[in-house]
Amino acid sequence: MAKEPIIKIRDLNTYYGDRHILKGVNLDIYEGEIMTILGRSGCGKSTLLRHMVGLVRPASGSIFIKGQDITRMSEEEMTPILKKMGMLFQGAALFNSMTVGENVALPLKEHTQLEDSTISIMTRIKLDLVGLSGFESFKPAQLSGGMKKRAGLARAIAMDPDILFCDEPSAGLDPVVAMGIDQLIIKLEKAFRMTIVVVTHELPSVFTISDRIAMLHEGQIIAVGTQDELKNSSDPIVKQFLNREADDSELDRDKYLDSLVRN
Amino acid sequence: MMERVVSFFSSLGRPTLTFFVHLHRFVLLVLETFRWTIIAPFKGKKVRWRATVEQAVRFGWDSILIVTVIAFFIGLILAMQAADQLKPFGAEIYVANLVAVSLTRTLGPMITAIIIAGRGGSSIAAELGTMKVAEELDALRTMGLNPNWFLVVPRFVAMVMMLPALAMLANFVGIGGAYIFSVAALEINGVRFINQVAMALVMKDMIVGLVKTVVFAMIIVFVGCYQGLIVEGGAEGVGKSTTNSVVISIFLIIAAEVFFTALFYSTL
Repeated sequence: MAKEPIIKIRDLNTYYGDRHILKGVNLDIYEGEIMTILGRSGCGKSTLLRHMVGLVRPASGSIFIKGQDITRMSEEEMTPILKKMGMLFQGAALFNSMTVGENVALPLKEHTQLEDSTISIMTRIKLDLVGLSGFESFKPAQLSGGMKKRAGLARAIAMDPDILFCDEPSAGLDPVVAMGIDQLIIKLEKAFRMTIVVVTHELPSVFTISDRIAMLHEGQIIAVGTQDELKNSSDPIVKQFLNREADDSELDRDKYLDSLVRN
Repeated sequence: MMERVVSFFSSLGRPTLTFFVHLHRFVLLVLETFRWTIIAPFKGKKVRWRATVEQAVRFGWDSILIVTVIAFFIGLILAMQAADQLKPFGAEIYVANLVAVSLTRTLGPMITAIIIAGRGGSSIAAELGTMKVAEELDALRTMGLNPNWFLVVPRFVAMVMMLPALAMLANFVGIGGAYIFSVAALEINGVRFINQVAMALVMKDMIVGLVKTVVFAMIIVFVGCYQGLIVEGGAEGVGKSTTNSVVISIFLIIAAEVFFTALFYSTL
């Protein structure tokens, strides 16, 4: 892959108060691939994703999207880039006061000069694509968890983005529904040549969808590679994660009791 | 000893710092809302009129009943209290002056603002807070839509239009309450009462009353929105912010009332 990456992250540092969350992250994501960012809860993977969509500004470092550094941009400069990106939030983040159809139509209404009739057709096409045809007039509260994710996905791709970001797309869903979402993501990549960045810790999901995987541990990327490269990795942390081993924390009973009694 | 001194100062310093951080962010919210309302439309980012009308119906139309009933009662109470004091002097007709002046100058706008702070301000805080918790505000941002423009501006414009209208209604209904009491219980001639009100009211009272309601409207909207936008930590945070929005707006409304009264009516 000699071509220029569509997303290029360089030496990204971020703090929450005194806590150093991202410690010099470097990552290249290429056009048309599904890149999964893997890591344990609290390792900073969601934070990394929020940086890539411009929701958070880093303390230092750069994120280049199609060659433009978004960390130095004003809101106005960022808008055209955002129009070509979509984001699926963990909880879908549908607007609860609007119907599913209005949710999907919103970016089209606000960013294009299209006629209402065209917008409603496009909305129906997107909902059809995620398997929610006929649900336009439903309120998000009437949908199940999996359907909300699908609707969120339909909204994220409403503007036909080049890059799609997914935050824990299959978290909290039963395996069958989760698999459905995974297949939908693959379908989007194949059909629209979208670049897709997924943040997750669900291993089955990771091995279903990923072209490449980046493993984030304590704010640093410790491994990047294809599925096979990661499976054959000799890094103990990668191995532990992929083999689902618990942390070594053999309890010393006497010590533990002692720590309870001591004041 | 030294530790105590340090902890004393840090216990003073931390809340002060938090206060100024909030004040700074609040002022930014206000300035940005003005920018989105006044300057941005010239750059092609129009105010969302449909959403504004929806909010206006919610704050204005839906509050008509409660404002009417309470204003009527307030007028009635004022008339009864005034009559009780004025009767020994045979000056019952001045009930009209007293009620008309105290309602238009102070009570009408203030009571209306307090009702709307409880009804509209709290619902703004709850609504925006819930949206924040559900990442809906982030979702707007990732779509390239500014939450301030999308959510705060329509509420701001709607409130600034509706509160003066409601306050006028409250003035009118309150005086109506006093009228009914005066005609029925004090046996004052209705036409005389109305003439007396017309004599008592001056244009200044009306105008100052309206200017005030615009300020009250801004207090309610900005406090409500700010409290909603800073919500942290789920349902509990939403509840806390909702309560705060009511308490803070009512406090600021009454403080502003003191300021306006001192500015326009103090004889000092």
